[in-house]
Amino acid sequence: MNSAAEQTPGLLAGLTATVRRDLLLAWKRPGDVLNPLFFFAMVCTLFPLAVGPSVEQLQFSGPGILWVAALLAMLLSLNSLFLADFEDGSLEQLLVSPQPLVLLGLGKTIAHWLTSGLPLVIISPLMAMTFQMPLESIGVLMLTLTLGTISLSMLGSVGAALTVGLYRGTALLSLLILPLAMPVLIFGARTVSLAAAGDVYSGGIFALAAYAVGAVSLAPYATAAALRISNE
Amino acid sequence: MTAKLSANNLTLIRGERCLFTGLSFALGTGQLLLLEGQNGSGKTSLLRALVGLLELEEGEIVWNGEPIRRARQAYFKSLVWLAHRVGLKADLTLVENLQFESALRPIANTDFNAVLERLGIERLKKLPMRSLSAGQQRRVALARVLLSAADLWLMDEPFTNLDRDGRQLVDEIVGQHLSNGGMCVMAAHQDVEIDAPTQKLVLE
Repeated sequence: MNSAAEQTPGLLAGLTATVRRDLLLAWKRPGDVLNPLFFFAMVCTLFPLAVGPSVEQLQFSGPGILWVAALLAMLLSLNSLFLADFEDGSLEQLLVSPQPLVLLGLGKTIAHWLTSGLPLVIISPLMAMTFQMPLESIGVLMLTLTLGTISLSMLGSVGAALTVGLYRGTALLSLLILPLAMPVLIFGARTVSLAAAGDVYSGGIFALAAYAVGAVSLAPYATAAALRISNE
Repeated sequence: MTAKLSANNLTLIRGERCLFTGLSFALGTGQLLLLEGQNGSGKTSLLRALVGLLELEEGEIVWNGEPIRRARQAYFKSLVWLAHRVGLKADLTLVENLQFESALRPIANTDFNAVLERLGIERLKKLPMRSLSAGQQRRVALARVLLSAADLWLMDEPFTNLDRDGRQLVDEIVGQHLSNGGMCVMAAHQDVEIDAPTQKLVLE
């Protein structure tokens, strides 16, 4: 019709616009962002109270508990990744956009990590202190959590996309994601333990980084395919 | 005149039920296709299949001589979908919602404010969608359609929640789009008064 007068948005415009919109939404509804963060903080502060003040015991169990709490907090936040968009019909608008769905889904996942993974990483040093963890291991904790939460967001987006059309799909979502999340948990917790004990830990970091790279490069395609199936 | 959008022998099965079988039509520039039928007769499903959201059991939808399954990107570039659910974020303002739209699909070079004024929603610019009435939200969804550069408008019950002026406005807007060489497929219960070559498809 008026093809000369139209402006076609660039390829990355969809990605950046999706990230921006989801961050704006999170800013306007901070409750959704704070919920998983509160959960993480509560588990990490209540545990030392229950276990007792023995420094040895706290240092021994700290990395494991921090990592389990982080994993569960991420799972808690995953359910809402596509649900709101599905319910108000904006997901359908994303699906019929000429922008590649892979990039739009990736944009939503990036925004999810920025609002749920990154805050966990930022408050983790504070939580590590409640377990009396040695100062040198805190940097390792933050690094492993960064790599781990990126993987969890990416894998989680596939699960969230698959279960978005189901009524109350939360339990199924956890069931789908947990087996894939196990390596992250094992490597993450073990690497921090090794660092706290003063051992060599670089192998674990490499494994986590490799896992994150794999998740970032493959998961968006699976997410896009899953979204098309869920919206049938 | 050649058909730009055509459907050949469509069959759609949802669950156990066959909604339609052997359904065909051809739509050329400036034409309107009206889908009629009772509730649950498959109007929305047919529209969703035309948008490419539903997988057909049999048959093919062809846009510009190419099956949409193979040329999805090009097809999505030239269509806009007005669904029953408006697809606008309740926490964002009207302007924020429509700005996001402009990153998703080609936008016509029309004056943004003029479109809002025509739809009678320019006063609501700074309000979150949550505080708008259902009819006002529907008008914002219409603004998305008007702002897009799409040739093909697929509309599911565009008159829902609109007052009498609003319904007339839809007739007028669609009529203008068609006289500019656009196309429209619309599912509607109300009487549609659009001055354009119209085909009717009754689903049972």
